[in-house]
Amino acid sequence: MISSYYFGAIALVLIGLYAVLVKKNLLKILIGLSIMETGVNLLLISIGYVSGRSAPILSEGIGPNQAVDPIPQALVLTAIVIGVATTAMALSVAIILYEKYGTLNIEEIRRLRG
Amino acid sequence: MLKRVLAIITILIIGYWLAEGLANVPFGQDKMLVGQYYLNHVKEQTGAVNAVTAVVVNYRGFDTLGEVTVLFIASTGVAALLWRRKRERTAKTPGSVVLTTGSKLLFPFIVLFGMYIFIHGHLTPGGGFPGGATIATAFLLMYLAFIVYEIPHKGFETTEGLAGMSYVLVGLIGLAIGGYFLFDWIWQTWHWGTSNLGRLFSGGFIPVIYTIIGIKVGTELSGIIDNMLKEEVKE
Repeated sequence: MISSYYFGAIALVLIGLYAVLVKKNLLKILIGLSIMETGVNLLLISIGYVSGRSAPILSEGIGPNQAVDPIPQALVLTAIVIGVATTAMALSVAIILYEKYGTLNIEEIRRLRG
Repeated sequence: MLKRVLAIITILIIGYWLAEGLANVPFGQDKMLVGQYYLNHVKEQTGAVNAVTAVVVNYRGFDTLGEVTVLFIASTGVAALLWRRKRERTAKTPGSVVLTTGSKLLFPFIVLFGMYIFIHGHLTPGGGFPGGATIATAFLLMYLAFIVYEIPHKGFETTEGLAGMSYVLVGLIGLAIGGYFLFDWIWQTWHWGTSNLGRLFSGGFIPVIYTIIGIKVGTELSGIIDNMLKEEVKE
């Protein structure tokens, strides 16, 4: 039986993928990409979890044997920032596309270009 | 309709395949190899109490440098894409008195809290990126509450560049003293703060680097907000 955290992470990735595949509005596709990224981050964090242990901040009462894996958390810190950066870039591209073509429907944009 | 059904069938197959792969990864069990080493040695090797920030800044500092570079490129890219000759705020409706007064009142508190987050990165959860994002939130609040508010561009862009340069400079000092890039010279060579582990003045160069990163991220995200909120003015 698969853990509910893994299930939720996979579900988030798949919801994002569905939005990317099916939706025609560019902003909805970008929302789908953000959801996918959230799912990947949740998966990474939940792989590092060790049941019964606390956050890897070794203050009083928490020794090295009572903390969860710090590496996935560091990895996700990086991944979140990169996700924000790519989302900002994609949103500015969407602004420019709307100014140029007057629509955000990807099929219409394709037609207008050709 | 057909397209949706096909898409749902495809993602269900992909989902089954992913679940099949993850079924062999146990949840909640100790899978640490390198992580246990980091947890055991983080205090004497880096002086930080927070193992995550020690991994981010000290053990895997190159990742953070690359991450800062990515954010810098994104901010430059947004500025390059949305660049026009004459760009101004075109918002017409001013906010209510409660909104503007409340934002003015909240602004210094949010900035102070953001600075607290990035200065205490080696002791509490947080660090440079959350602290910088919090500071950018304060500027976003000002942008949304006032129709004429604008950040001082010259100062912000100079600060951003200087912060990026000083991060590389700290790494280069480590190269000169310890022999490799991003060597923690404050902790390993000077032994500064070894006696008060877990207090503010410890943690080697983690507070220094996180202050730099916090300033850089804060100014960068504020610049992205500024670029996105401005519109072209029709003559």
